[in-house]
Amino acid sequence: MKNPFSLQGKTILVTGASSGIGRQTAIECSRMGASVVLSARNVERLQETYSQLEGEGHLILPADLLDTVQIESLVSSLPEVNGIVLCCGKGLTLPMQFATRDKFDDIFNINLFAPFELLRLIYKKKKIQKQGSIVTLASLGGTQIFSGRNGIYGASKAALNSVMMFCAKEFSSRRIRVNCICPGMVDTPLIHRGTVTEEQLQENEKLYPLGRYGKPEDIAYAAVYLLSDAASWITGQQLVLDGGISIK
Amino acid sequence: MKTIDEFVELFGELFDDIDTSNFTPETNFRDNDEWSSLIALSVIAMVDDEFDVTLVGNDIKNATTIADIYNCIVAKSE
Repeated sequence: MKNPFSLQGKTILVTGASSGIGRQTAIECSRMGASVVLSARNVERLQETYSQLEGEGHLILPADLLDTVQIESLVSSLPEVNGIVLCCGKGLTLPMQFATRDKFDDIFNINLFAPFELLRLIYKKKKIQKQGSIVTLASLGGTQIFSGRNGIYGASKAALNSVMMFCAKEFSSRRIRVNCICPGMVDTPLIHRGTVTEEQLQENEKLYPLGRYGKPEDIAYAAVYLLSDAASWITGQQLVLDGGISIK
Repeated sequence: MKTIDEFVELFGELFDDIDTSNFTPETNFRDNDEWSSLIALSVIAMVDDEFDVTLVGNDIKNATTIADIYNCIVAKSE
């Protein structure tokens, strides 16, 4: 029986696959039958992810996406893929009066320019097949103002959301779909940076109507769906996954 | 490195409503009507700007006086 939710026979590139949402997405893709290409900077941690994959045909292609040369080399060694999940990213909590240009540059480079440049080259070099699916991890902070003094981070994700919607429009000529996932707070290393204390995070978690922060698998399942043929008619969307925190 | 008196002044500038001219190193910085989690984040950001030292939320949480935070900066910049 054909299962439209399966990723059998698909090759999926996952960036940021060394931890958090990226790692879990890679694992869930492999469980759904995909061959996964793992990328991130840290080879050791990529190997940890690799060891948790199911099935065969997986590949590790390490790259620092802040380095244009490394992006180019990643794209040239990349096999043709059917799907891409862009998970690389960095958080920052900083009141706006301290939001200097160098802080903006640091976050925009990794959250916006790096994933976009990778996507641009993959598309231009036709390394993603027709009818492929691109999933970008943006953030609830890119769709609305949420508490937590994450202005630069939110702005980078808002820009990412916007860029991806333009890509969705243009890439439709190859029937390639482009969607964003916008999570609320997900329990990954990205939120445990120490700027706010664990106690403050626990207080914040209580505000979530479904009673908890997200888990990486909550996001990974949505990515799997958007990558699958079951989502063939979905493009240009910003899917909010947030345990209900944005309910007005 | 900036002196503790300069730090006390920079610390006071993070408040908008209360009079901070009487702040000293020994001031308990929570003992006023304005202290908040936003000011705590501003302290972390100001220290990053002025001292190139990264404090975390727990450094603020474990401090009582302004001098406690300054000492933490000194310890972290060694």
